[in-house]
Amino acid sequence: MAQTPLTRTIGLRLEQIREKLARERGPRYWRCLEELTDAPEFREALEREFPQEASVWQGNRRSFLQLMGASIAMAGLTACTRQPDEVIVPYVRQPEEIIPGQPLFYATSRPHGGFAMPVLARSDMGRPNKLEPNPQHPACGVGAGADVFSQASVLDLWDPDRARSIQYRGQIRNWEQFLVELRARPELQPGRRGAGLRILTETVTSPTLAGQLRAVLAAFPEARWHQWEPVHRDAARMGAQMVFGRELAPQYRLDRADVIVSLDNDFLSSIGNPGFLRYARDFAARRGHETPTSGQMSRLYVVESTPTLAGAKADHRMAMKSSEVELFSHGLARSLGSLPGGAPLAGTTPGDARMTAALLHDLESHRGRSVVLPGEFQPPAVHALAHLMNATLGNLGQTVVYTAPIEAVPVNQTESLRALVTDMHAGQVTMLLILGGNPVYSAPVDFDFPGALARVDFRVSHSLYDDETAVLCDWRIPAAHYLEAWSDLRSFDGTVSTVQPLIQPLYGGLTDHELLAALTPTVEQSSHVILRQHWQQRHPGPDFEAFWRLSLYNGFAANTAEPLVTAAPRPPAQLPAPQASQGLELAIRPDPSLYDGRYANNAWLQELPRPLTKMTWSNAALISPKLAGQLKVNSQTVVRVNSHGKSVEIPVWILPGHPDDSITVHLGYGRLRAGHTGNGFGSNVYPLRTSAQAWNAAVTVELTDGEESVAATHTHFQMAGRDIVRSATLHEYQQDREFAHDKTKAPPPELTLYPNYGYKGYAWGMQIDINACIGCNACVIACQAENNIPVVGKAEVERGREMHWLRIDRYYEGDLNNPKTWFQPIPCMQCENAPCELVCPVAATVHDSEGINDMVYNRCVGTRYCSNNCPYKVRRFNFFHYAKYAPGSPLIALQNPDVSVRSRGVMEKCTYCIQRINRARIQAEKENRFIHDGEFTTACAQTCPTQAIVFGNLNEKNSQVVRQKADPRTYGLLEELGTRPRTTYLAGIRNPSPEVEE
Amino acid sequence: MAQVFSRHANAIARGSLLLLLVVTIVVTWALFQLQRSPVETREGEFRAQPVPFSHEHHVAGLGIDCRYCHTSVETSSFAGIPPTKTCMNCHSEIWTTAPILEPVRESFRSGVSIRWQRVNDLPDFVFFQHDIHINKGIGCDSCHGHVDRMPLMLQAQSLQMVWCVNCHKAPWKYLRPRDQVFNTEYVYPPNQDQIGKELMKKYHVRSPTEITGCFTCHR
Repeated sequence: MAQTPLTRTIGLRLEQIREKLARERGPRYWRCLEELTDAPEFREALEREFPQEASVWQGNRRSFLQLMGASIAMAGLTACTRQPDEVIVPYVRQPEEIIPGQPLFYATSRPHGGFAMPVLARSDMGRPNKLEPNPQHPACGVGAGADVFSQASVLDLWDPDRARSIQYRGQIRNWEQFLVELRARPELQPGRRGAGLRILTETVTSPTLAGQLRAVLAAFPEARWHQWEPVHRDAARMGAQMVFGRELAPQYRLDRADVIVSLDNDFLSSIGNPGFLRYARDFAARRGHETPTSGQMSRLYVVESTPTLAGAKADHRMAMKSSEVELFSHGLARSLGSLPGGAPLAGTTPGDARMTAALLHDLESHRGRSVVLPGEFQPPAVHALAHLMNATLGNLGQTVVYTAPIEAVPVNQTESLRALVTDMHAGQVTMLLILGGNPVYSAPVDFDFPGALARVDFRVSHSLYDDETAVLCDWRIPAAHYLEAWSDLRSFDGTVSTVQPLIQPLYGGLTDHELLAALTPTVEQSSHVILRQHWQQRHPGPDFEAFWRLSLYNGFAANTAEPLVTAAPRPPAQLPAPQASQGLELAIRPDPSLYDGRYANNAWLQELPRPLTKMTWSNAALISPKLAGQLKVNSQTVVRVNSHGKSVEIPVWILPGHPDDSITVHLGYGRLRAGHTGNGFGSNVYPLRTSAQAWNAAVTVELTDGEESVAATHTHFQMAGRDIVRSATLHEYQQDREFAHDKTKAPPPELTLYPNYGYKGYAWGMQIDINACIGCNACVIACQAENNIPVVGKAEVERGREMHWLRIDRYYEGDLNNPKTWFQPIPCMQCENAPCELVCPVAATVHDSEGINDMVYNRCVGTRYCSNNCPYKVRRFNFFHYAKYAPGSPLIALQNPDVSVRSRGVMEKCTYCIQRINRARIQAEKENRFIHDGEFTTACAQTCPTQAIVFGNLNEKNSQVVRQKADPRTYGLLEELGTRPRTTYLAGIRNPSPEVEE
Repeated sequence: MAQVFSRHANAIARGSLLLLLVVTIVVTWALFQLQRSPVETREGEFRAQPVPFSHEHHVAGLGIDCRYCHTSVETSSFAGIPPTKTCMNCHSEIWTTAPILEPVRESFRSGVSIRWQRVNDLPDFVFFQHDIHINKGIGCDSCHGHVDRMPLMLQAQSLQMVWCVNCHKAPWKYLRPRDQVFNTEYVYPPNQDQIGKELMKKYHVRSPTEITGCFTCHR
């Protein structure tokens, strides 16, 4: 349903909501505050027959009749189109490995904060159009998934807004002209030794690139190399330095941990964690599927300064201001004896005392089988304390292991950029190469990077877009997308992963290897040659070719993980004394969709409902309901957030579970030169970020009269008032294995006048484990990429017309201030008795013999009765021709050729990836066999980092999906209606400490 | 007052009503016929090609197998249109100066593909797969007609859904042994129904109910 005016009055109704929740007995699940108000507006919106249509028609009755008459008269004509002429363009010389109509897969890696995220890229006739997990990659473990950025990054490749030419001050130039000018620079002349030359990169893990940089620095000894990445890991680095005296990178073994304590570490999200895929999988191995039955379930405590995915999965969650997290860590370390002093835990509220005691007890009784994770956005002291605590608890070598840093040259990036900017201001930099990154947008505001840049004589930017930085540079060199480039990267565990191109650079983009090679007197080299030369030196010998080809085939070089080191942390002589700040605190975090802003022009990510807020296309100041009451603000009220003399105007969003006295804002919005998609959406909060306080700062808030609409999907597709999410504690589950069916049961199949259809061949089914689902959204984007799902834009999202076939509903349970959170992915349920089929007047949605509810686009006339009759609200309607691109748009090449592109006026929905079923079936039939279990799976199940989605044949006895559906926790959504859904759910289980009364 | 309408005005009124009905029926019928006719389906229509390639000459005259050019017909949804290189395999040796083949040579010299007009064109929401039909024993000429008698390529069938479904409803009428799939002169035996049903079993062809599901062809 559309955003109702109700959202704007939530702040006024909070008391009412609190009272209502207090009256509830037993678990109560709710999706949005609007729902809890019980306001008549909400009821009305809920019961509206066609909610997405709300208040769009603006004509009168007469023009309505005219239009209807014309539509009826002309409806028949649309069937009388002759097929337009088409041409076939074969190869002149066909490459050997290409079979037209069959996709090819290549292993490659996506750079993420400098680290490798392994992917398999699918290519249809030379067009990369889908990214999938690389299940063989050792860093993530067998069966790992792919994260949301990997899934969406293929859209960036085809983005029409990418930088398309080499430019000198706005004039198009070519590479040769650039080289001439570059080599004439005085800095590069023999006598100057590179004085005045600076190179600014993002985090570099690439061995080849690092080798090149070293070579450049050797040739120009007075040149300097700086690194800056807005989402840097300085605190972790400094924390390790404090207790080990050297840089060490921790890796956690969450599958071995019985008790996990997160000190503001969001290890279930890829925004701060290059090891996310491994951690998510290991976490799920001890939380999902059969673990509640086998007693293997771990317990998760999360202390956090802003709601995160880890907090959403926590058994016990304590929300507190960021500075209080540090205080808490000190207290915890003292209580455990990791720090001298032995003072009791301080700084926690009385309500948390029991939880803290349980946490302490759990840690002490699980020595060697517990783990303490420090938050990426916490100060160095928290990292140091976590290392100490893990040592005290005997976790080192068990659940925590260390390696040397993976980065080629680990530096404190804030200090690195500070040194660069100081030199720039001092006029000591005459030539600056910016290889990637967008420092004009993302540098700490106190550095005045744009001002410093203006003092540089010769500025070169190398980036995918003509972004804020590029337009201030003399030379703009378009970068090659990673799917167009040769390179290498290292995964979080050090495994060297290959980056190989699937397509020639679309716009003549160059890699950073090629740009750096231009600095050296060597003859011009392609990155392929550079890469091969580097590896030939590292792997000399006659088997180089075999090694090279195998590495490219696998996507990684075998046995290149960084060796583990043993280290004992020593308490530092002095830790900065923790002090909880008074007053409001600001938490600045990377955005779950846009990261640091680099994905701002990615429409898939912009329109992706953020995991917890369900907002799209903009950011907001997230505050707790209590703070909203104090400030007397509502969601969507614009406030002015002031910090160290800068202010930003941003709408408020009330987020249950947010700590009081704290405001969270996300980076990456308010871009001015992101491109047509990203420009202007949301508010840029980088001005609030200083070098001293990158993640947390003191803040004041002023009210304004303004109001800004936020396109959030949390009120859309409601199934309000029904028994949707089912959950229990582990204890309750052990008492009552059938708890998921206590209240509702599916009617028996005999309860029908018609004979039941016997599904004899394949019978496709799906099982979704609510316990394993971490809400990371990777499946939603995977589905979008696989099924050619269009984006609709902010205005249409506000009308409730987003097209995602798979949505993730976020439910809260209980209390407004510290609710438990559940995620529930909702694809089409493929009901055996599908209500949608009965009401279609043209039989455009019918059942097939394998139990799939077929949606036939070419038959659909757009009555929308099916969507109206669908109890799960999974059908999506093309109100406009959303999938229509401008002629010649490169985005046309992104479409999956196996899936129809839907036109205006057509209903669509999840098909269980029928194109994948058909491909597997045809392959099996050609080989005269049945499809094996696990031979293929749907796009969502394939990418899921926690394997929460399982798909398969219900008629195959030992298939994974059959085994899972035998679990007593299995329940069908609204199965009491007799729809017999093929998609079922595994009820959620929490494992709270028995010491804390629930 | 005199009657405004004379007595036979009634007859005219009735006649007009009848006529209206007849005209409506005739026009509707005509439109339906038009929609099923070659005017709409382009059945039997030649398309001008950049090179007037004769299947008759190459298939019937020279006896070249379908798969020499359409290489992926057994392995992929798309049968494959030969690259210029395939033409040049022979035509670098014979007819090397024939003016009619100049576009082929030009393509080979310049590296620019020949742009053929598609003859058998299904709508974009239909996903036809050559490989499975070939593997289950559907002959090329069942859909493409007697290519070996076509000096210029034409669309042999209507390619409308009703035509597809006729076969999917009764596949046994059209199945033939796999080794006869590429035989353009294959004649169905008099006991085709019986043989077809045996072949259905042998090749594990799914039942008509299963292969007439919408998602068989539409996705």
